[in-house]
Amino acid sequence: MAVIEIKNVAKRFGEYQALHDINLTIADQEFMVLLGASGCGKSTLLRIIAGLETATEGEVWIGGKRIDHLPPKDRGIAMVFQNYAVFPHLTVFENIGFGLRMQKLPNDEVTRRVERTAGLMHIDQLLKRYSGELSGGQRQRVAVARALAMEPDVILMDEPLSNLDALLRMEMRAELKGVLAESNTTAIYVTHDQVEAMSMADRISVMHEGRIVQAASPIDVYRDPAERFVAGFIGNPPMNFLDATPQGAGQFLVAGQSFAGPSANKPLEFAIRPEDMTLSETGLTATAKVVEPLGAHLLVTCEVEGKLFRAVLDSDLRVSMGDTLTLAPMQDRIRWFDPDTQIAVK
Amino acid sequence: MNAQTQSSGRFLYTASVILLCAWVIVPLYFLLINTLSSPDTVNSFPKSFVPEFDLGSLQFFAGFAGMLTALKNSILVAGMTMIMSILIGAPAGYALSRFDFPGKGLFRLLILLTRAFPLPLLALPLAVMFIRTGLDDTVFGLALVHTTLAIPFSVLITFSLFSGIPLELEEAAWTLGCTRLTAFTKVVLPLILPGITASAIFAFVISWNEVFAAAVLTIENRTLTAFLLQNLDTSPLHLKFAGGFILVVPALIFIFAVRKYLFAMWGIANR
Repeated sequence: MAVIEIKNVAKRFGEYQALHDINLTIADQEFMVLLGASGCGKSTLLRIIAGLETATEGEVWIGGKRIDHLPPKDRGIAMVFQNYAVFPHLTVFENIGFGLRMQKLPNDEVTRRVERTAGLMHIDQLLKRYSGELSGGQRQRVAVARALAMEPDVILMDEPLSNLDALLRMEMRAELKGVLAESNTTAIYVTHDQVEAMSMADRISVMHEGRIVQAASPIDVYRDPAERFVAGFIGNPPMNFLDATPQGAGQFLVAGQSFAGPSANKPLEFAIRPEDMTLSETGLTATAKVVEPLGAHLLVTCEVEGKLFRAVLDSDLRVSMGDTLTLAPMQDRIRWFDPDTQIAVK
Repeated sequence: MNAQTQSSGRFLYTASVILLCAWVIVPLYFLLINTLSSPDTVNSFPKSFVPEFDLGSLQFFAGFAGMLTALKNSILVAGMTMIMSILIGAPAGYALSRFDFPGKGLFRLLILLTRAFPLPLLALPLAVMFIRTGLDDTVFGLALVHTTLAIPFSVLITFSLFSGIPLELEEAAWTLGCTRLTAFTKVVLPLILPGITASAIFAFVISWNEVFAAAVLTIENRTLTAFLLQNLDTSPLHLKFAGGFILVVPALIFIFAVRKYLFAMWGIANR
C-alpha cells in the first residue's frame, strides 16, 4: 500500500554535492536500511523523504502519489530521531498522543491508541511521567511509540539506537524488528552500524559519497559486493584483497598460486572473506603477525606478499606469531574486482 | 609556609567578598532604614541603624502632588516597553537562531550597536522629531524610545533561549502533523515561556530605571524617575529616600527573579 519511489534525487549544499542521482524503489512493508559511513548522504536522503530537506532535483513518490512538494505532515510518514526528540513539556501519554491530537481524533480513540502502542513498547507504566524522568532507552521507546501511534504508511528512523549503550542497543534491535514487522508499515532505517543493518534489514542500500553503491538483501551484500567499497566496508574484519595477474584462459596468479577466475584477460583484484579460508597443504603462504584468540574463533592478522591479510580460523588451532600458514580459500567464495572501475567482475 | 599563604589568601578572599557585598548592600540598607522611618527621624541627627517601621515618609510620598501620576506613568511606559520589545525582539531572536541569511553576523552586530550611541546624543533630534509627529510628552512616545533600548537585550535573550531548544523537537512536531506555526505554539512556546517572561521583565526594568530620555521627552506626563529628578533640589530628604526605595525595590526583585536567564544571555551555563 505504500511503495516508496525515489527518482533521480540529487541534493547540493552550495558547491557541495551531497547526493548524486539517487534512484531507489522500496516495496510495500519492506524494511530498508540505508547504511554508510557518516557524511555519505544517508541522513540527507531520509530527511528529503521526510520533507525536512528539499531535494535540488528529482521526485519522491509514496503510495503512487508524488509528495516531494508537500510539507512533512501531509506525507503519511512518521519519524524517529537520533536524539529521541521527546517533548519535555508533555507527559509520555501526551507525547505519544501528540500526532493523534493534531489529527483531532476523539479522546477515547487517542487513549486507545496510546495505550496500545505504549503496551507494544513496554512503557505502559510510564505514561504519566515527563521525559526528564526517563532513561535514554525509555525515551527512545517513547519516540518509537509516538511514531507507531500515528499508524503511518511509512516510518523513517534516523540512527534511532546509536545513543544507547551496546547491550540496550542489541535488545532494542530485536524488539524494534519484531514490532515493525507486525505493524505492516514500510520502514526506512538509517544507520552506520553494519551489524544493525545486517540483522534488521530486508534489504540494505549501501551508500558512499552520495551514491547508492548497492541495494540488495543483507546476505547478497555480504557475499556478492557489487563494488570494492562494499567489500571493504561490510564485514568485521572486511574482505582481504590481493593483486591478481592474468595467465590466460580464466586463470589468475595470486601470490604465487593459480586460481580459476573470470574470463577477463587483464589484471584484477582477488578478494576473499577472512572466514572463507582453511589451513591446508596448498594455498596462499602467509606469515602470522598478530594472533587474537576471540573465543568463538581465532583472528590471525598476517602478511601475504607484503600485504595485510586477515584470516578467521577455528579457535582450537594453535598458531603463534611468526608462524608460516598455508591458507586455502574456498573456491566458490572468491570474488574479483576490476581495479580501474572498482566494480565486481564475474 | 604553605599553610600561611593559604590562610592569608583565604583572609583576602573573605575580605573582598565582604567588601563587595557591603558596597551593594549598605546603601540599600540606608535606603530601607530611612524609608521606613518618620520624616522627623530622617531629617534629624544622629541616624539610627534600625528602621522604626513608621510609614510617615511613604505616606508623604504618596500624598506629594503628581507623585502617584508619575508612578502610574512609569508603570504604563514600562508595561508598553515590555510588550513591544517582546513582540519585536522574540521573532528576531527566533530568526537568528533558526535561519541562515546573508548579513546575519552584521545584523547581530547592529543590534548591539544600538547601544553604542549615548542617549544624550540622540535625545535632541528625537525630541524635535517627536514634537513634529506629536509623540512628545506622551507615554507611548517614551515607550518607543525605551523599547529601542530594551530590544538588544530581548533579542539576545530570546536568541539564546531558542538556540537552547533542539531543532529536532520542531522537526518531530512537523512530522507529527504540525505546520511551522502550530509547531511553534505547541512545542517551542511552552518551552520558552519562562524565558520570555524573564526577558519581558528585564525590558520592564530597563524602562523603569531609565531617566534621561524620560526627562527630556516628557514635561507633563513624567515617569517616576524623571519626576524625582525634577524635584531633586526642592524636595525634602525623606521624599527622596521614599522615592528611591520605590524605584529600587521592584527592579531589584525582578532582576533577582530572572537572574538565571540573564546569565544565559551572556553565555554562562544555565544553572
